[in-house]
Amino acid sequence: MAESPLRILIVDDEAPARHRLRELLDDCAAVLPIAIVGEAQHGREALDILHTASADLVLTDIHMPGMDGIELARHLLKLSHPPVVIFTTAFHQHALAAFEVHAVDYLVKPVRVQRLLAALQKVPRLKPMTIEKLTQLPAAARRFLSVTERSRVVLVPVDEVIYLKAELKYITIRTAQREYLLEESLTRLEQEFGARFVRVHRNCLVARDFIRGFERRANDDGDAHWEVLLHGIDESLPVSRRQQYIVREIGREAMNGAAAA
Amino acid sequence: MPDFRNLGAILRILIAVNGATLLAALAREPRLSMVGVEWAALTGVVEPHLFAELALLWLVQPWLARTKPQLSIAIVTLITCALAVAFNQLAPRFSGDVQGSLLRHIAFALVAQFLLIGYARLRSRALSPAITEARLQALQARIRPHFLFNSLTAVLSLVRSEPRRAEAALEDLADLFRVLMRDNRDLAPLADEVELCRQYLELEQLRLGDRLEIDWNVKSMPGDALVPPLVLQPLLENAVYHGIEPLTERGLLSINIFLSRDEVHAILKNPYVATGARHQVGNNMALDNIRERLALHFDAEASLESRITRDSWEVHIRMPYRTEKPASHGTRTTKPERHDNGNDRGTHMRRQSRSRALPAKTATRIEPWLNPPCAS
Repeated sequence: MAESPLRILIVDDEAPARHRLRELLDDCAAVLPIAIVGEAQHGREALDILHTASADLVLTDIHMPGMDGIELARHLLKLSHPPVVIFTTAFHQHALAAFEVHAVDYLVKPVRVQRLLAALQKVPRLKPMTIEKLTQLPAAARRFLSVTERSRVVLVPVDEVIYLKAELKYITIRTAQREYLLEESLTRLEQEFGARFVRVHRNCLVARDFIRGFERRANDDGDAHWEVLLHGIDESLPVSRRQQYIVREIGREAMNGAAAA
Repeated sequence: MPDFRNLGAILRILIAVNGATLLAALAREPRLSMVGVEWAALTGVVEPHLFAELALLWLVQPWLARTKPQLSIAIVTLITCALAVAFNQLAPRFSGDVQGSLLRHIAFALVAQFLLIGYARLRSRALSPAITEARLQALQARIRPHFLFNSLTAVLSLVRSEPRRAEAALEDLADLFRVLMRDNRDLAPLADEVELCRQYLELEQLRLGDRLEIDWNVKSMPGDALVPPLVLQPLLENAVYHGIEPLTERGLLSINIFLSRDEVHAILKNPYVATGARHQVGNNMALDNIRERLALHFDAEASLESRITRDSWEVHIRMPYRTEKPASHGTRTTKPERHDNGNDRGTHMRRQSRSRALPAKTATRIEPWLNPPCAS
């Protein structure tokens, strides 16, 4: 056949839903050349599959354990050829209002074969979603940060991040094991993970869970400043003059925590 | 506190105070022919105060409605006393009568005031269950659409490959919605509720496969105990939504129902995953709904407690063991409904008889669901 088949990845945590989608895609195959490249139970599995296979379209559920559909869509953008994403969801109208507003493609479950076919025929004309669109959708904070390394998408669990530091164009992600380079804005990250990280410096967010303590250090000019000591790594980070108040704030929280326990 | 701008409330106050004045006149005057004169004399004292007070209360009503009940009672009392003093001082000047005892005037006015407030309270208490019930019914009908549409998708996935299982699943879904949509104000046997829970969980297992593991412990359950309908199912729905679905691996849902010292206990336990606040909201709404209904039916004899341990969420319901329906409830509300669909009674009776010998029979019914639907 002259036309190359549309390569599709199915992502849903419920086996019957994946099974149903496969049946419907088989029906569509009579009209449109289709190749199903795989099935995944959640976002992480989908990314694993896409390391070895490539897809033109990802049909993904939204509500999934591990990694939900919206977060998956964000990480997919880091692939060298990001696939088109169409969400499948049992959400009701109200929850989908944001999808309508931002013209995000979705199919409601139970999916009708005609709708599915119409969506598939549209795919070649669709462009991958933009990050701006995705960040507008009502989603929980991501569980992973994703970085591209040698054309692979590497997931860094947010729980393991010790600090995020802006340097020139990039942000350095530091975990206990190593560093990664991320291309995102520190302000955006602060908005998304504000509960988890605290800003110690204009260019640095530190995970509260990894703060071991603070230390007063003398500067060369005779002044002194605070340094954050961290769990898991031997480095310490300077606290800027403007952010000095967090030293007392976190100290008080720690004392209250100790008193409560 | 009554609404002093409500015509009904004003009318009730007027009738009550004038009635009380008539009674007082009857008590004071032994000659029946003279009662009218005595009443007129009394109303001459009572009415100016009454009208002035109603007018004042009408003015402050919007403000009273916003303050705390204790404070508003204090304010009304203050108004009553002030008016009593005012009219007691003024009355002789206008009518030329002798000045009555101030203490007596205040005492009568306050007694009337507190009796009326007490009456208003009793009345609102008698009416509130109807309001609460209406709200509860609205809430009950709101099973998560998420569940319905995902279940329908699961059933559709079976239609071609396993039509018989699809049929059974649709029947379960029909039964579940029959119960959700009927009038659920009357108590119903616990065995019915447990049967409903089984059907519900069968549907969830169809969807989630072996991610959902269920441990039923209901052998010593008193099936004939009367409980509020849908007292357990919403909790199980919560348990699946908040406890099982967020897990990538399998999760255990345990249900333990037993009789102890003439009380029915139901303990539900599911894994707990600390996620966002969004989940918590839905969960509390269901708990509040059930707690209110328990209070409505059993008052202080029932309770619902929930607690979170390190990795599990536990709900403990305690209800009195009752097997007879209270007479006051029901006949009024259920008759028309039963009349409309005579069918409902049929299934209701059948399910009841089937669930008497519950554990063994339903266990065999569950069997086909134990295997997750094949994904290939």
